[in-house]
Amino acid sequence: MLVGIGVTLISLWYGQNHGLMPIAASAQASQIDGLFNTMMTLSIGLFILVHGVIVVAVIKYRRREGDNTDGPAWHDNFPLEILWTALPAVIILGIGVYSFEIYNSMGGLDPMGNHDHGTMQSHSKMRGSAIAGTLSDTPQKAPQIQPEKQIALGVGAAPENEEKPADLVVNVMGLQYAWIFSYPESGVSSGELHMPLNGDVQLNLAAQDVLHAFWMPEFRLKQDAIPGRGSELRFIPNKVGEYRIVCAELCGAYHGAMKAVAFVHTPEDFDSWLKEQQIASTQNLEQAVAVNPDKLSDGEFLAPYVREIKINAKTLEQLHPTHH
Amino acid sequence: MTQAQFQETANLEARGTAPADRHWRDYFTFNTDHKVIGIQYLVTTFCFYLIGGVMATIVRTELATPDSDVVAPELYNSLFTVHATVMIFLWIVPAGAGFANFLIPLMIGAKDMAFPRLNALAFWIIPVAGVLLLSSFLVGAPQAGWTSYPPLSLVTAQMGEEIWILSVLLLGTSSILGAVNFAVTIFTMRVPSMSLNEMPLFCWAMIATSALTLVATPVLAAALILLSFDLLAGTAFFNPTGNGDPVVYQHLFWFYSHPAVYIMIMPFFGVISEVLPVHSRKPIFGYLAIAYSSLAISFLGLIVWAHHMFTSGTPGWLRMFFMITTMIIAVPTGIKIFSWLATIWGGKLRLVSAMLFGMGFISTFLLGGITGIMVASVPFDIHVHDTYFIVAHLHYVLFGGSVFGIYAAFYHWFPKMTGRMLNEFWGRVHFVLTYVGFTVTFLPMHALGMQGMPRRVAMYDPKFTTINVICTVGAYMLAVSTIPFIVNVIWSWRYGPKAGDNPWQALSLEWMTTSPPPIENFEGIPVLATGPYDYGMEKIQNTGERLRLKLRENAIASASGQKRGIPIAEAQASTFFGGTATLVEPESEINVDSPADESQDGN
Amino acid sequence: MQQIPAIDPEKTALNYHHSAEIEAHGEEHPDHRMLGVLVFLGSEGMIFMGMFAAYLIYRAMAPMWPPEGTPARELLLPGINTVILIASSFVIHNADAAIKKNDATGMRNWLLVTIAMGVVFLCGQVYEYTHLEFGLTTNLYASCFYVLTAFHGLHVTFGVVLMAGVVWRSRAEGHYSSEHHFGIEATEIYWHFVDVIWIVLFVLLYII
Ligand code: HEA
Ligand code: HEA
Ligand code: CUA
Ligand SMILES: [Cu+2]
Repeated sequence: MLVGIGVTLISLWYGQNHGLMPIAASAQASQIDGLFNTMMTLSIGLFILVHGVIVVAVIKYRRREGDNTDGPAWHDNFPLEILWTALPAVIILGIGVYSFEIYNSMGGLDPMGNHDHGTMQSHSKMRGSAIAGTLSDTPQKAPQIQPEKQIALGVGAAPENEEKPADLVVNVMGLQYAWIFSYPESGVSSGELHMPLNGDVQLNLAAQDVLHAFWMPEFRLKQDAIPGRGSELRFIPNKVGEYRIVCAELCGAYHGAMKAVAFVHTPEDFDSWLKEQQIASTQNLEQAVAVNPDKLSDGEFLAPYVREIKINAKTLEQLHPTHH
Repeated sequence: MTQAQFQETANLEARGTAPADRHWRDYFTFNTDHKVIGIQYLVTTFCFYLIGGVMATIVRTELATPDSDVVAPELYNSLFTVHATVMIFLWIVPAGAGFANFLIPLMIGAKDMAFPRLNALAFWIIPVAGVLLLSSFLVGAPQAGWTSYPPLSLVTAQMGEEIWILSVLLLGTSSILGAVNFAVTIFTMRVPSMSLNEMPLFCWAMIATSALTLVATPVLAAALILLSFDLLAGTAFFNPTGNGDPVVYQHLFWFYSHPAVYIMIMPFFGVISEVLPVHSRKPIFGYLAIAYSSLAISFLGLIVWAHHMFTSGTPGWLRMFFMITTMIIAVPTGIKIFSWLATIWGGKLRLVSAMLFGMGFISTFLLGGITGIMVASVPFDIHVHDTYFIVAHLHYVLFGGSVFGIYAAFYHWFPKMTGRMLNEFWGRVHFVLTYVGFTVTFLPMHALGMQGMPRRVAMYDPKFTTINVICTVGAYMLAVSTIPFIVNVIWSWRYGPKAGDNPWQALSLEWMTTSPPPIENFEGIPVLATGPYDYGMEKIQNTGERLRLKLRENAIASASGQKRGIPIAEAQASTFFGGTATLVEPESEINVDSPADESQDGN
Repeated sequence: MQQIPAIDPEKTALNYHHSAEIEAHGEEHPDHRMLGVLVFLGSEGMIFMGMFAAYLIYRAMAPMWPPEGTPARELLLPGINTVILIASSFVIHNADAAIKKNDATGMRNWLLVTIAMGVVFLCGQVYEYTHLEFGLTTNLYASCFYVLTAFHGLHVTFGVVLMAGVVWRSRAEGHYSSEHHFGIEATEIYWHFVDVIWIVLFVLLYII
């Protein structure tokens, strides 16, 4: 009994105070942390229970010197077995339902739901620009899988926002080894992601060459960017700051260097940033379109983005064109 | 004759006369003796383990610093790709098959496997495929991870990738041939008195494993054949530029590779079910529950594959479906864990190395299983997918589960395989080093992943340096930990003390013949008198002592040309459900040289 | 103390030794081998299942199937081919029936007919390949078509080789008899397997 209370207390305490998660920069992130803390609490309890049994058994039931007899012949106990079948089942059910709730309230069940934001169109426009060609030289034409046949992927709008369009839509293109963000409404294109505080942000993910995965640890969000398929992440940042964007899907030798930065600004700061960028980014795009990337090494190709994507110059030098 | 008396006589009825005397050269031939093949498997796969381990050590050395400075990033990717492929396809899977080969015929009282030549063939594919895989380093080893997701696998290190495909296809074939053999052997070659529900649990585990292998492995073959066409012939099954779909590959791949993780763990669930009762001197707790939960795991294992694709091309409702099916696996697995705990509870634990690894298995696998349930939860997995949290999970189940299980099995059956005992002291040193090294290497990785370090990166954010250094130190400890084991095995194989037939006083059939067993295992067909786990039951109090005496008695009897038969129905009736565990007074002449505690009640 | 049931004489050790001696002679037991063949074929079938599944996904995902611009498929030749293959399953069954009556010559003749039918099927397949208007890499449907039929064709070829092997071995008088004809039975089962796979394949690739 006392042991039970002790175990419960320890589990509860550690389950809430493990300090394992980075800060949470959106409401969803805190929800997920809540889920994790619950699982952690249950896990610690289970961990202590099982290890307690092992340790006690080792101490109490170790064979004494000279005792060559067998132990008792217990070999089943129906009620006990029912108990340890039913209990995990109940716990699992609990965790399952809880996870489902959270996933639903995050918007996991409604990415690209019944409403079409013109996602696919903007993707194919991106594709048209000359950055293609990193993949194989297969001479096949690349017609898109039709949008209406597309299965919805990613995390969409939270149920309460389902019918509303997002405040800010950003098209995100992953390519070896950078993320490029373009803001279709303002025509800005950048190697950084800027978002207004408490804005309902929708990222439309696409990939240029191979699979990438767009991960923002502080937002607890991740979604693969799949060539030939669109996917989406929608969330509401609620803390001003500078956050990491990491590529989480193996995409080649410099996968580890494929990073970007996300900024959450106050709405005023965000607007001034947007204005500032409008001129600069159009230049950037022209530059990218003007050259034929097939003829460039990755290093040369990425050079215009160096400042934004923060790959250090040395890494960039090491990129050589023979990686595929 | 009292009930107690005839038990061991019966099991000993078919004891082989002389231990097999194998020449070392036999182990390098196309030998069809399942015991030779079993040992061939185990030695070969252990060599591959060392090779995979050296690669892991280089990976960890690279990761000791945030920059990519020890090996080129391309080579880094090749290293972990081949590390994983070697560990999975050339170490854990075939090591399970190795034990199955050695043990199944012995445990069920057969002379050999159903298809001995096929068996030898299945083995010899392995070194060939292994060398083929390693040879890819000459032309640029595959760099796309052991999952080989297209389109990346189609555009990087194409030569190496094709070699990887061929090698994995060969290994898959080998494991299918092995599984056909195990399934047929277990179903048709048991001694007539052994019903399915009286088999040792290892055999049950192998039924479940073989079923999974037979159903799932061919699908991997399908995926790899299609991938090969994309790679070599320019088709576009998985290539988006030709309208193909990379996500289809992921489905096919995981349809095999998720069941594969149970193919890798279930043989060792079986091992643990053998090791714990023997060294706890208690019957296994909940025999039927353990046996059938293996089947449940097999079945469930087939319908959860997309939990590796929660952030990939999987729509939301499908993610929910696979989340639930995945989590349900905790129930049958929990049944096993709790039954094992109940098995050791109240026993008389003999803390030999095999037992330590057995309990270590429960301890580490539990943690791996718990993190498995966590990542099954979609919202959490979205955060930690493809991070070091997953690396931690997979090593906890694969190393903490499968490798600990392999070690437990090694220590337990080494005397049977070689006729010699391993050194206990160095066994314990090995255990402690492994357990500590393992924890230091892999426990901190959970934190790394949650904090934001993705997997498969050669360069990482400098703020993760400290934890990575700890992991690297742990990896060196693990490398060192293999040394006492290797030395112990080599030394004991030649000079270890003789083991005798049954050093652990175990009851399953493999212990009823000589060590190592003679060419056809048993003379005639052994007769079951006890179940495999009847420790502490009335008839077999003080098994060890009695066995020794019966041996002597048997020798005299057979010298005078007598054969003793045993009414099995009688034995059965009192084995499984009967047995009030009252003391059987040993006959006086048996007492001659047994310790005084003979008459102590077994509780 | 428990009541000890009556001893079943069938289950005494002596009996086991007795039966042991009988079994010890046969190197491999027919029933084992047949079970082995069945289990293996089940597993082999899963390769096809994997490919069929992939094919069905492509089909379901594509806006139009076969994709626009795929030349129309000729049905006559494959139809005849299908009939031949299905018929050959009945023919090979006659071979099995013949050997069960110890009629080795009949068995051989029936097998030769089956081989001929298999070869005709393969020739038809090759003819079709050379006269199709699309190539392996034309589009996804074409790739699926060639890979699936070729992989099946490989199985047909192997079946023909198996039957040829049986015919070859049956030269020796009494190699197969009504008691010993595992090779023939296994070949037959394999051939049926190839046949069933073809039917599914045919329906998937040509009909729907
Ligand atoms: C031996 C191998 C093995 C085993 C046994 C398992 C067992 C499990 N695994 Fe694991 N897994 C891997 C090997 C294995 N795994 C590998 C190699 C990968 C990575 C592949 C790659 O991407 O490279 C992986 C990845 C992986 C993922 C994908 C993560 C990702 O990439 O995002 C998931 C997600 O659901 C998962 C879940 C599980 C679950 C639920 C179990 C369950 O079977 C665990 C069940 C066990 C227990 C739960 C403990 C005992 C139970 C009790 C004591 C009862 C009470 C418990 C509760 C109430 C919780 N695993
Ligand atoms: C059974 C499976 C298994 C086993 C046993 C291991 C064992 C080990 N693994 Fe591995 N690992 C995998 C399966 C396994 N791994 C898989 C499936 C992946 C995923 C790959 C992917 O992403 O595609 C992976 C990935 C993986 C990574 C992540 C790489 C990355 O994502 O970038 C790391 C990093 O630390 C790692 C480390 C180790 C270490 C230190 C060991 C140690 O336990 C090894 C200890 C053994 C030895 C060291 C051998 C002893 C050697 C000697 C005695 C000789 C002495 C030699 C020297 C010191 C050089 N493994
Ligand atoms: Cu892009 Cu990893
Ligand atoms: Cu899995």
